[in-house]
Amino acid sequence: MEKREKIVIDAKGIYYRELNEKIRDAIYNLKCKEIHLNNVNGQRYIGDGIEAKVTIVINGVPGNDLAAFMNGPTIIVNDNAQDAVGNTMNNGKVIVKGHSSDVIGYGMRGGKIFIKGDVGYRVGIHMKAYKNTVPYIICGGRAGDFLGEYMAGGVLAVLGLDENDNRPLTGDYLGTGMHGGVIYIRGEVDERTLGKEVGIVDFTEKDMQEFGKILKEYADDLDLDFDEIMSKPFTKIVPISHRPYGKLYSY
Amino acid sequence: MRKSYLIPEFRVEIDHTRCRRCKRCIMNCSYEALSFSDRVVADHFKCVACHRCIVFCPENVITVRKNPVDFKESFNWTNRHRLDIWKQAETGGIPLTGMGNDLPYQIIWDHLVLDACQVTNPSIDPLREPMELRTYLGKKPDSLQFEETADGKIKLKEKPPKNIKLEMPVVFSPMSYGSISLNAHKAMAMTAKEMGIVMHTGEGGLHKDLYDYSDYMIVQCASGRFGVHAEYLKRGIAVDIKIGQGAKPGIGGHLPGEKVGLDISKTRMIPIGTDALSPAPHHDIYSIEDLRQLIYAIKEATNYKPVSVKIATVHNVAAIVSGIVRAGADIVYLDGFRGGTGASPKIVRDHVGIPLELALAAVDDRLREEGIRNQASIIAAGSIRSSADAIKAIALGADAVAIGTAALVAIGCRVCQTCHMGKCAWGIATQRPELARRLDPEIAAERLINMLKAWKFEIKEVLGSLGLNAIESLRGSRERLRGIGLDAQTLDILGVKPAGK
Ligand code: SF4
Ligand code: SF4
Repeated sequence: MEKREKIVIDAKGIYYRELNEKIRDAIYNLKCKEIHLNNVNGQRYIGDGIEAKVTIVINGVPGNDLAAFMNGPTIIVNDNAQDAVGNTMNNGKVIVKGHSSDVIGYGMRGGKIFIKGDVGYRVGIHMKAYKNTVPYIICGGRAGDFLGEYMAGGVLAVLGLDENDNRPLTGDYLGTGMHGGVIYIRGEVDERTLGKEVGIVDFTEKDMQEFGKILKEYADDLDLDFDEIMSKPFTKIVPISHRPYGKLYSY
Repeated sequence: MRKSYLIPEFRVEIDHTRCRRCKRCIMNCSYEALSFSDRVVADHFKCVACHRCIVFCPENVITVRKNPVDFKESFNWTNRHRLDIWKQAETGGIPLTGMGNDLPYQIIWDHLVLDACQVTNPSIDPLREPMELRTYLGKKPDSLQFEETADGKIKLKEKPPKNIKLEMPVVFSPMSYGSISLNAHKAMAMTAKEMGIVMHTGEGGLHKDLYDYSDYMIVQCASGRFGVHAEYLKRGIAVDIKIGQGAKPGIGGHLPGEKVGLDISKTRMIPIGTDALSPAPHHDIYSIEDLRQLIYAIKEATNYKPVSVKIATVHNVAAIVSGIVRAGADIVYLDGFRGGTGASPKIVRDHVGIPLELALAAVDDRLREEGIRNQASIIAAGSIRSSADAIKAIALGADAVAIGTAALVAIGCRVCQTCHMGKCAWGIATQRPELARRLDPEIAAERLINMLKAWKFEIKEVLGSLGLNAIESLRGSRERLRGIGLDAQTLDILGVKPAGK
């Protein structure tokens, strides 16, 4: 079989099923390491279930469930992305240079989702971590309600980088039902918006070091000024108990 | 500690004159109801009637009885109500329970009888004639189109959708590794392979020891997404999206942290000791369109394997299923309100949902009316207790049935309803290694295989008596059922005539 390092696919007017077949063919049959998709316009499920170390560059706006169940690839979106990016993602990286929408990283277990702009509602719900696999979602803009709901592990961060934007950094019900992992917010959080299962603790030197490494990577990937990001204090939110519903039942 | 107002539900009686003090009963009692102080003594409070001591006493001298203490009689204030109130008054918590709804609602199966052939249209002798119990689960094409190949052969124009082949119309219902032991899973996996059927992993992921059996596994994607990753999805022969469960419609799964030990934590991919919360809604599904999105995300990830959607039977079930089928599901799994559970709030288990029989008939009708019955297969589940229930379910419109409790009973379960305590004396609903070890997967598989073989014979006998030689001919054939003691409206919903008509 013919091997190719890089392939460019024009996605204009192609139905998602066909487009995804082409992508899989490029990865698994042509053994491509880099795939560029031009004129993407809402096609769903790109990168879905793919288990390989490849890079997919998307020019245009990919549709819902980008990188769902993905295990390994790096996806770079040079535009906005829609709902459910990284749904139940296992490993790999998604870099979105614009905004993204609701339910990002649902049940995500590993890998990284870096978004330059805003995200919508219900981001990072059910995120988990297991041993050394820790998922990260970092949003450079602002987030909607239910951020980190039922979060069981991993790291969620909201940076609010646009200083001229006066909207609150996060919405209501922040970390409701959260029982693992950590949420970092760059700036202040209105305690009224916190779920009753979480609390604010000190942002320590150790946090700074560990989280700083990822932020550095984030800044590099998105061409942002790392020092500028670190110039403001962070609020650290963690669950109060890892058994929030332990006392609900009698026997 | 304050005095409890509860009284023991059972009494353990030991004939001490014949007891040889071997203490086997004590070792077998995982609920710690028995102890030894110059002879075996019982703490009746702790007995759950699991019968483990009775079965393993070499002298057969143990009896477990319902505690004969009388309550002042009341038809309204049953003992059940009184006991529950005392529990609530003492703990402030919701009483939990295992297994299915045990309230005396009418069991419709027991009011349906099957037809048989007499004189004309003769019956078939299953001992002599071949009987086809094979069933295929999955979407069937609306129509078939053929084309001629260059060498003049006729072949199908489009590849038909993938189906699951079952050698008999029975599958094991989703019971997660976590709710039941790995040995119980192994027994079902071995049985599924031997009998040419399938099991569901439930929502707890797939243990590596069972990877060899993945051709006989339907894997599950529930709201918590435990153990769900690309490899898991690809291993199964189909993927089930769990929306609801008959024993707890609208309620999520909740595996308490104390049950999340090393192996469970590995399979579910969560740290040891954390609660595994799988809340009722998938927070990415708020509409049929969202469900469709997940169905197709899974299809894309699995190269278009069949996707099943499991729901609890609730009031508007027919319309819900119509939506599910239109969203692209290949299989709809209907779990009736008597379905079993590892743990459910008692109030939900006993009072929420509707009977499977009615839901099944309503769903089958609706899908036929809409002309989409072929687009998805229906699995009927929720307390299928016997092959008779299975046959009646198929006559009402199911393609196959799923069995959970029946399978557990075959391997030792006494329906003591205390699965949620994690102390199952039979090694079934437990993760304690010393208890789980009690269930030998080989022996358990043998028992399960025997039970299913018996069901197979029984189904063939009944088919023969109906004059049918293929189970598929019975599907939705409600003319072959009659109702006894069912009211007109129920009969109408079932699409079944009263006996005598
Ligand atoms: S198992 Fe039977 S014989 Fe042995 S101690 Fe118990 S009651 Fe006595
Ligand atoms: S599985 Fe075990 S605990 Fe549950 S009802 Fe059966 S015997 Fe009792």
